[in-house]
Amino acid sequence: MSLRYREKPFGFEKPTTPKGELVIIEDRCKGCGFCVEYCPKDVLEISDKYNSKGYHPPEAVNEDDCVYCGFCQMVCPDFAIFTIVEETQVEKERREARKKEKTKV
Amino acid sequence: MKKSNISVLTGTHTLTGSQACAEGALSAGCSFLGYYPIIPSFDIVERYAERFSDCDGILIQMEDEISALAAVLGASWTGRKAMTVTTGTGFAQMAEHIGLGIMLETPCVIVDVQRDGPSEGIPCNPGAGDVMQARWGSHGDYEIIALSPNSPQDMYDLTIKAFSLSEKYRTPVVILTDTNICSKKEKIIIPDSKDIKISTRKYFKGKKDSYLPFQYDPEDLIPPMVDVSQGYRFHVTGLTHDERGYPVMNDECQELNVHRLVQKIRLFTDDIIDIEEEQTDDAELIVVSYGVTSNDALEAVKQARKEGLKAGSLRLKTVWPFPEKKITQLAKKIDNYIVPEINYGQIFLEVERCARGEATTHFLYHASKKVGTSDHILKLIKKTIK
Amino acid sequence: MGNSKIQKQDKHPMDNLLRMDRIPHIWCPGCGIGNAVSAFADALDKLDFDLDQLCVVSGIGCTGRVAGYIKVDSFHTTHGRAIPYATGIKLGNPKMKVVVISGDGDLVSIGGNHFVHAARRNIDLTVICVNNFIYAMTGGQVAPTTPIPAYTTTSPFGNFETPSNVPQIAEASGAVYVARWTALHMRRLTYAITDALQRPGFSVVEVISPCAMYYSRINRLGDGLDMMKFYYDNSVIKHGEPTDNLEIDYQKEIIVGKFVDRERPTFSESLQKWLKGQGRVHSESKS
Repeated sequence: MSLRYREKPFGFEKPTTPKGELVIIEDRCKGCGFCVEYCPKDVLEISDKYNSKGYHPPEAVNEDDCVYCGFCQMVCPDFAIFTIVEETQVEKERREARKKEKTKV
Repeated sequence: MKKSNISVLTGTHTLTGSQACAEGALSAGCSFLGYYPIIPSFDIVERYAERFSDCDGILIQMEDEISALAAVLGASWTGRKAMTVTTGTGFAQMAEHIGLGIMLETPCVIVDVQRDGPSEGIPCNPGAGDVMQARWGSHGDYEIIALSPNSPQDMYDLTIKAFSLSEKYRTPVVILTDTNICSKKEKIIIPDSKDIKISTRKYFKGKKDSYLPFQYDPEDLIPPMVDVSQGYRFHVTGLTHDERGYPVMNDECQELNVHRLVQKIRLFTDDIIDIEEEQTDDAELIVVSYGVTSNDALEAVKQARKEGLKAGSLRLKTVWPFPEKKITQLAKKIDNYIVPEINYGQIFLEVERCARGEATTHFLYHASKKVGTSDHILKLIKKTIK
Repeated sequence: MGNSKIQKQDKHPMDNLLRMDRIPHIWCPGCGIGNAVSAFADALDKLDFDLDQLCVVSGIGCTGRVAGYIKVDSFHTTHGRAIPYATGIKLGNPKMKVVVISGDGDLVSIGGNHFVHAARRNIDLTVICVNNFIYAMTGGQVAPTTPIPAYTTTSPFGNFETPSNVPQIAEASGAVYVARWTALHMRRLTYAITDALQRPGFSVVEVISPCAMYYSRINRLGDGLDMMKFYYDNSVIKHGEPTDNLEIDYQKEIIVGKFVDRERPTFSESLQKWLKGQGRVHSESKS
């Protein structure tokens, strides 16, 4: 493979930040703080308000920085936060193809 | 795949009680046997092991009795008729899972080949020490069905009946037998498969979304069951639960739940209870017996009748639920009950309770070495009637 | 550009796998069992599993409650006996995938015998052992996995019993896949669970989880988040590490990774082979 092919990421002109939505289901949150601590972009912080169970749910303070990596969704033990990522067509095809392969660590 | 249908060996055979039990299980359609080997129950397993692969069965030797019954309960939820075999020491270990089987309303059969106890005792002696354990062994409130055969043919018949009752009432059923019956070799007649009547569990037929594991029919208090992998996505738990199967641990739920589990059997004792009466119409004294003792008791009664004594015999084929009404009813007519047992008085306590003082109840310790003889029963009959 | 919506009710991607009428679940804030469930749900999603063919069996304990939250055929059985129960289900209906999710006390203490024998027989089960080093449901008693010299309610002067090494027990008994991850290593845990689900035979995934209410509180280690930070700083990935090096010392390095990945014939395969040799073939299912 020539170097020229490697200069461009496959399928893109330039890298783009994913688009999407961050959704917090406040009433499920138990205020553990995992999402706040492990967000790679420091998007979240524990808010001052109370949910119906008396816990402080997180809020997105730097929502523009969110890259929809989904780690908050993964690390939340209460299924209280998730991201919805808008995929580009290429990403969608890649994801389908990866799913078919055997996933390895 | 060729499926053999030789699970029912129609014809006349000479089999031991253990072999008859295994054949009964196969005739009933038992396709899972999880066990732990222990004297004297492993003979049943040996017969099953020879035949299971012809009959589409599964045999697994588990690491202990506790896991044997757990595996049986699991297999029952896959739609199989499942069974385990053990003896008194193993039955004691299975107590917790009997409770689980009752709480989850899982059909299964437990064959308890009783032996002299307590603890290891004499493994090869007949015993009847587990009668109360079968009823009260597990913790909490429940009813259980226990059958007591007295011959190899009876082993065959009652094993089929045990499966039938367990499927119909969605409950574990215990077969209380002993080493004497299991090692006796006698002629067994196995009928044609179309003559074998066996109930199957009531299956839910509605929509998958609407299935509630413990929503029962008011007529029989039994909730319809499903098998795993059919898409019902049910959850069942040993904790006190509501009809959804979810743990709901409040007093109302506990009361409703236990009440139904108990009433499910108590309201249908007429269907479940099976007793054999011999010459009780004009009897002054009735010998109440079960299991291998009933052979000796019947012999003693016949002998007593020859000598002019008005004795009758009541044989309990179903030990639990106990035939309270019958005992109370007969107590009004007669003067005495004699209860010979190969233990220190277990069914004797029930007979005495149900006689309510209307008839005197006498206990006779029918020692295991005396099994097969009836002199001392006859002696007590003579002494009591005088 | 992104925007966040804070809503009272919305559909989490894993909601179709959860019994929504029971969410929020009972586990404490900062408990890692939710992470194990989340990873399991994620793994099922990645594998596009037919959930009708999945069965989850759990024992008693905090982790034992998992069966009540996952929307598949699930059983909450007795303490320590989830594995034999699952064995009965698996042998009764070999087409099903049976997963046992239970805690360290349930699987390795009272259930230790069954764990060893199911691994020996290589019954096709996937076992997810959530290890929080304590008996949490009953109030914080010492567990076989409690490190020396941790405090618990029944080791008020510090535990002195050598803790069990779950991967070592699994490997020595014959498990075909053994991995350990913490509740923080979510991506790798998800991949490990997908691996374990696909591997025929007895696979064990141990999940080191914080217990915010008992283990970390009694030992003054902070809350769940502090334990996660500890895992971040002190866990070391060493794939293929010999399992006898994997004992967990109190507040020392935790070795995580995939340790065993081998092939052995499963119980069902051996049984089928034997039956075929006898000229008989076994049917797959009664239903």
